[in-house]
Amino acid sequence: MTGAIAMPSPAESAISSTSRAWLFRVYLTEARYELRKQLRIPAFMIPTIGFPIMFYVLFGILVHFGPSNSHLVATYTLATYGAFGVISIALFALGVGVAVERGQGWLAVKRASPMPLPAYFVAKYLTTLAISLMLMLLICAVGAVFGHVRLSPGHWITLIVTETLGAIPFCAMGLAIGYLAGPNSAAAIVNIIYMPMAFFSGLFIPVEMLPRFLQGVAVALPPYHLARLALEAVGIEPASHALGHVAALLGFGILFTAIAVIAYRRDEGRTYG
Amino acid sequence: MNASTPIAQLLSVSKKYDDKFALRDISLDFGPGGVTALLGPNGAGKTTTVKLLLGLAAPTSGTVTLFGQNPRDVASRRRSGAMLQVGRVPETLHVREHVDLFRSYYPSPMAADEVFAAAGLIGLEDRKFGDLSGGEKQRVLFALAICGNPEILFLDEPTLGFDVEARRSFWEQIRGFVSRGRTVLLTTHYLEEADALADRIVVIDHGSVIADGTPTEIKQRVSSRKIRCTTSLNEEDLRAIPGVAELRFDRGNAELVVTDAEGVARELLFNDASLSNLEISGVQLEEAFLALTHAQEAA
Repeated sequence: MTGAIAMPSPAESAISSTSRAWLFRVYLTEARYELRKQLRIPAFMIPTIGFPIMFYVLFGILVHFGPSNSHLVATYTLATYGAFGVISIALFALGVGVAVERGQGWLAVKRASPMPLPAYFVAKYLTTLAISLMLMLLICAVGAVFGHVRLSPGHWITLIVTETLGAIPFCAMGLAIGYLAGPNSAAAIVNIIYMPMAFFSGLFIPVEMLPRFLQGVAVALPPYHLARLALEAVGIEPASHALGHVAALLGFGILFTAIAVIAYRRDEGRTYG
Repeated sequence: MNASTPIAQLLSVSKKYDDKFALRDISLDFGPGGVTALLGPNGAGKTTTVKLLLGLAAPTSGTVTLFGQNPRDVASRRRSGAMLQVGRVPETLHVREHVDLFRSYYPSPMAADEVFAAAGLIGLEDRKFGDLSGGEKQRVLFALAICGNPEILFLDEPTLGFDVEARRSFWEQIRGFVSRGRTVLLTTHYLEEADALADRIVVIDHGSVIADGTPTEIKQRVSSRKIRCTTSLNEEDLRAIPGVAELRFDRGNAELVVTDAEGVARELLFNDASLSNLEISGVQLEEAFLALTHAQEAA
């Protein structure tokens, strides 16, 4: 009898399942248009997709073209420039995007509508992942064709999946920046933070070539851990440290999410309080 | 909800940003039905009022309700639409896509074609937002505000920066929506716009309501004029003249904001035979508001 009371009536469950289906469609529509919106911005696509591929071709393939170990360099740099690329997408598409939409009043227009707020953030994350995946497919194709990178299917898949999902903690970092920075300063702030961070994490030149004291700094930087995971995925680094790097990325992800939540609450208090 | 229950309500609402009052203890009811214009100079508290009613800001004290509920509830947001002042709208989406996305937020939205027609966007559906003119962009924002078929529509300075022609054509769109019998709350600092669209005008300044009435009533009250003259009368004499709302001296000239220009001029000429350089002119809306505020304080 109590079981019967707890059971929702057929009509109720029909309503909740249609509203769940409806909500799912709202999230999907939001994500679809967010992706479309980003893909159509040349000023975004050229630096975030173009630069990593260009850097990879110049410094990973052309500079070392010829010597017998050139495909090894091309494999190593495929992992590091791939990491560089997906992180740029997270910080620019998501981070700068949120800062601009928040600061220029567009987010307020959306919030005045019945849009479920999580849909906005989910759409940004999914868009970052989708563009990251596109970048990885492209840069891997460039590596295979022009850099003679040869990997087993398992290694290719592990590399692409690692880098794509590796964007997630950087989405949180982007979100934190998006809520802390103003609409005009966000891009500059991302560049100021990201370029040195990428360098000291060994995304441009291998960490091993940096002075010893800087190698210690690298461990404290989140891109270092993504780059290491990617190098393990292509079989250059032994996979023995994978768990540690995953844990580090998870930790950074939680830290940045916490900062983003604090910044969001502060903004809510100031803007909507 | 019966017909006399207001759709949107502010009860003894004050709003402070840092230490400054944006609104001081205002109480207002809106709807059902009718177009109310919140009229006032920049910084009067118009946008703050709209933000409070949309749940985009919380009152420092007092209560704000929309459909008898907290304005932040999704349920009330599904029944309202808003056109806000926005610095930048994503430019790479097409008009149709923007409308489609906002329609997806509402359980029973207006048909897309109906939205385009109502907002005057026919023929522009497949244009990128960034390629539109200023007036067309505002019409898209209007389309996003009405696409959920809202019972109450908020329009915050909808024609700011428009030229006269664009403003008049946009008014037609607003009138079209009003004819559906919906409640509209619009803010403006153009008396002409309030007069053209609203059946009720609420004048606010420095966060307080200083007048609330029909356009005819309000126009009478803000029909102040300005008198400038060189006179030997002193401040006390001038203030004693009935109809003088405001007085200041500027390089030896007296400047008076008056509610009864003819009467005051007659009095001035009668009392000061040496009076010269008499000039009577209309006042800017802002000065008219000031006159209203002062009249309020004197009362």
